[in-house]
Amino acid sequence: MIDFDLTTVWAFIIAFAVFAYVVMDGFDLGIGILFPAITVGHGRNRAMNAIAPVWDGNETWLVMGGGGLLAAFPLAYAVILPATYPLIIAMLLGLVFRGVAFEFRWRDERHRAFWDFAFFGGSLVAALCQGMVLGAILQGIEVTGRSYSGSWWNWLTPYTLLTGLGVVAGYALLGACWLVWKLEGDVQEKVRRLAVRAAIATLALMAAVSLYNLSLLPEYRERWLGTPEIYFASQVPLLTVIIAGFLFYGLAKKWELAPFLLALALFALGMAGVGVTMWPYVVPGELTIWDAATSARSQWFMFMGFLITIPLILGYTAWSYWVFRGKVGGEGYH
Amino acid sequence: MLTDPTALLLARWQFAFTVSFHFLFPPFTIGLSAYLAVLEGLWLKTGKALYLDLFRYWLKIFAINFAMGVVSGIVLSYQFGTNWAVFSDKAGPVVGPLMAYEVLTAFFLEAGFLGVMLFGMEKVGRGLHFAATVCVAAGTLLSSFWILAANSWMQTPQGFEMGANGQFLPGPSWWTIIFNPSFPYRLVHTVTASFLATALVVGGVAGWHLLRGNGTPQVKKMFSMAMWMAALVAPIQIAIGDQHGLNTLEHQPAKVLALEGDYDSHPDGAPLYLFGIPNDRTQHLDYAVGIPKLGSLILKHDPNAPLAGLDTIPDDQQPPAAIVFWSFRLMVGLGLLMFALGLLSLWARWRGTLYRSRFLHRFAVLMSPMGFVAIIAGWVTTEVGRQPYLVYGLLRTRESMSPLGAPAVATSLLAFVVVYFAVFGVGIWYILRLMHRPPQEQEPRLKDVDAGPIRTAGITPAAQGTAEGEL
Ligand code: HDD
Ligand code: HEM
Ligand code: HEM
Repeated sequence: MIDFDLTTVWAFIIAFAVFAYVVMDGFDLGIGILFPAITVGHGRNRAMNAIAPVWDGNETWLVMGGGGLLAAFPLAYAVILPATYPLIIAMLLGLVFRGVAFEFRWRDERHRAFWDFAFFGGSLVAALCQGMVLGAILQGIEVTGRSYSGSWWNWLTPYTLLTGLGVVAGYALLGACWLVWKLEGDVQEKVRRLAVRAAIATLALMAAVSLYNLSLLPEYRERWLGTPEIYFASQVPLLTVIIAGFLFYGLAKKWELAPFLLALALFALGMAGVGVTMWPYVVPGELTIWDAATSARSQWFMFMGFLITIPLILGYTAWSYWVFRGKVGGEGYH
Repeated sequence: MLTDPTALLLARWQFAFTVSFHFLFPPFTIGLSAYLAVLEGLWLKTGKALYLDLFRYWLKIFAINFAMGVVSGIVLSYQFGTNWAVFSDKAGPVVGPLMAYEVLTAFFLEAGFLGVMLFGMEKVGRGLHFAATVCVAAGTLLSSFWILAANSWMQTPQGFEMGANGQFLPGPSWWTIIFNPSFPYRLVHTVTASFLATALVVGGVAGWHLLRGNGTPQVKKMFSMAMWMAALVAPIQIAIGDQHGLNTLEHQPAKVLALEGDYDSHPDGAPLYLFGIPNDRTQHLDYAVGIPKLGSLILKHDPNAPLAGLDTIPDDQQPPAAIVFWSFRLMVGLGLLMFALGLLSLWARWRGTLYRSRFLHRFAVLMSPMGFVAIIAGWVTTEVGRQPYLVYGLLRTRESMSPLGAPAVATSLLAFVVVYFAVFGVGIWYILRLMHRPPQEQEPRLKDVDAGPIRTAGITPAAQGTAEGEL
């Protein structure tokens, strides 16, 4: 048996926060990415309403992921952020535009087209940058002593472009599936077609990234293709294929909720894939979670807070989703 | 790695710029969410539609302000890592958990109930809706608690141990870390500042509509409430500020000496300088105009108490006196003006001219942005006054930066400046436009704004059937 190791627990908590962020803000950002494809007027208004009451809560998971990383793995935070400097800045500015667009587009009819574009552009940039940060971490970061020692452009490679696009496509898939669930009528029909296209793009990019991974670092190859690892690791792509099959079937059969859940499952598998590739490193080849971990006292203090607050947070978040349940836009909604 | 001085300067400017912009919004969020909770509570208690009108009026403004507070805050929480990586690594074990608690106890609470507060009245009913408003207001106060604990720990650090790897590690008691010597003062002073700043905005908007002849019952109620706040809270804030200063003198003497302009020691009673031009190079306060002995009276509560000057502190441990000398005077001067506004309103109330005195209304309009000016001036005093340290006495600002060159920091600074002025400028303009319209009887709901006669657009435009009494 493994001991109760709080560092491992915190690695899982951070992974959980990142996952919660990716799926929750992922569908918000995905709707932003799809915005140009949604009809001006009623379609866009309703798409916006499908997320207006919850986007802020969703985005708070980003603060939890970043703040949690600082708190639990300060060294990793101090290495990864300077190494991906322009990406982080661009992501933050993207989030500024898309965050204020929620309010501003209603305040100013004459410039609504502009704020709709800001909503799209901000979402796209944020998603792309998030994907590229993931790629930058996976491809490895130069560390000397306790700090990053590369230039401010080292992250830019074909691989990070690929991961960036992968996340954009994946978010678009989540967003489209969310709208399939929340809307009805012609707009729903439209987003269903978008979902199919986004699913194809997502799967193609997932496959490309996975193959690229094998050639990235020798350790990665070992983890995926060595024996006996391959027996466990191969379950991930296998399950991905099965889920993808269901997703296309469900979209064709006009299921409403299932496609969103299946898209979530795809993301969970993607996350598991990242886990297999990286564990137990936070900065591959350089820092393990134990190298980067904060002190035990900090871990315990936060763990207590986490145990007490997380059930409450999940509870009232679920409640607020429940309050805004049902289709958007029909009579009596909002 | 040796830090490039240009990059360091740019990074400091970047932090100062982004945090100052951020801190325009949270005080208004803190004050306004409390005001909204009071208005909704009064509406539920008295059943008077007037309170509901005011609630709806300020809710629209609140929604815009909140969005700007959130997005500018997210920038800050990542900026510790992008620009101040060494600080993040070293102080992360102490400061990180405090900020994690802020996320867990405050940000989720605000965000979780915000949706219901803005859009949920028809869905959850009055009681639960009021609870949501109260939760949002409570969230903003919890947020202040944690972030100010972190900031105050950096000002007056205690309760830590030094790790072998150079990190600050928490000692046995988190209580000692959180309740560090400057924290209680800073928390009370900042939260009070937020309430005061909000009251001045509400009072200014009401005063403006009174001047324009829109003296509706809603406008009068707003004006009266705001003037009560100014009259009661401004003197309290001054008293708190005095105590805050005494506490700072004990723990960060260099800061207080700098903001007083005391370059030289005064063995038998220091003057209070009202005016002067601090000159850090010659270490002299040029053209000084001071009241003898008053400095010692305020700081030591004894006119003849000796007071050491900045000459007792090595040059490389002194803050730049010129900035804090002026920012401090600006804050205190504005505090005294707020006090004057409060007194004047009491006088007018007693004379029965509260809603007629054009001078009072003009004064209120003039003071409406001054809460924010005082707040920024206060923070500049606090933050510049602790230089050259980031963690006071222990970690210097210039040793805290990320390994970045000047081009990287210059580019991001430029991007922030352009985007912030454009986006937040527009947002503030939208807020001013909403304020330009007086609150009406049957104030339209948040979702009906801009709807024109058809009432289909709005923040949640799909609404058609509008039941009476909804938010
Ligand atoms: C005294 C109060 C106070 C102070 C000193 C600060 N903030 Fe702030 N902050 C708030 C009070 C607040 C708030 C009232 O809670 C806000 C304003 C609008 C909002 O949504 O919450 C907020 C929002 C906010 C958010 C967005 C939260 C969300 O997603 O809902 C972040 C990440 C930060 N802040 C981070 C910071 C950092 C890193 C600061 C220090 C440098 C800081 N804040 C200073
Ligand atoms: C943990 C929390 C904080 C950290 C790590 C931090 C760090 C810093 C840093 C690195 C600087 C630049 C150094 C310099 O002065 O040249 C700075 C300056 C500043 N900070 Fe803080 N700060 C924190 C909290 C706050 C808060 C809560 C506020 C208020 C909203 C604030 C307001 C300011 C201001 C106004 C400056 C500008 C000072 C100047 O002109 O240089 N800070 N802070
Ligand atoms: C007129 C009387 C006032 C006095 C004597 C006073 C005193 C002080 C002092 C000494 C500090 C610096 C504390 C430190 O750095 O350790 C400070 C900071 C500050 N002041 Fe004031 N103040 C006054 C009025 C105001 C007013 C009217 C406002 C805003 C409405 C305000 C807002 C702030 C803020 C936001 C800070 C920074 C946070 C903090 O350190 O508390 N102050 N004040």
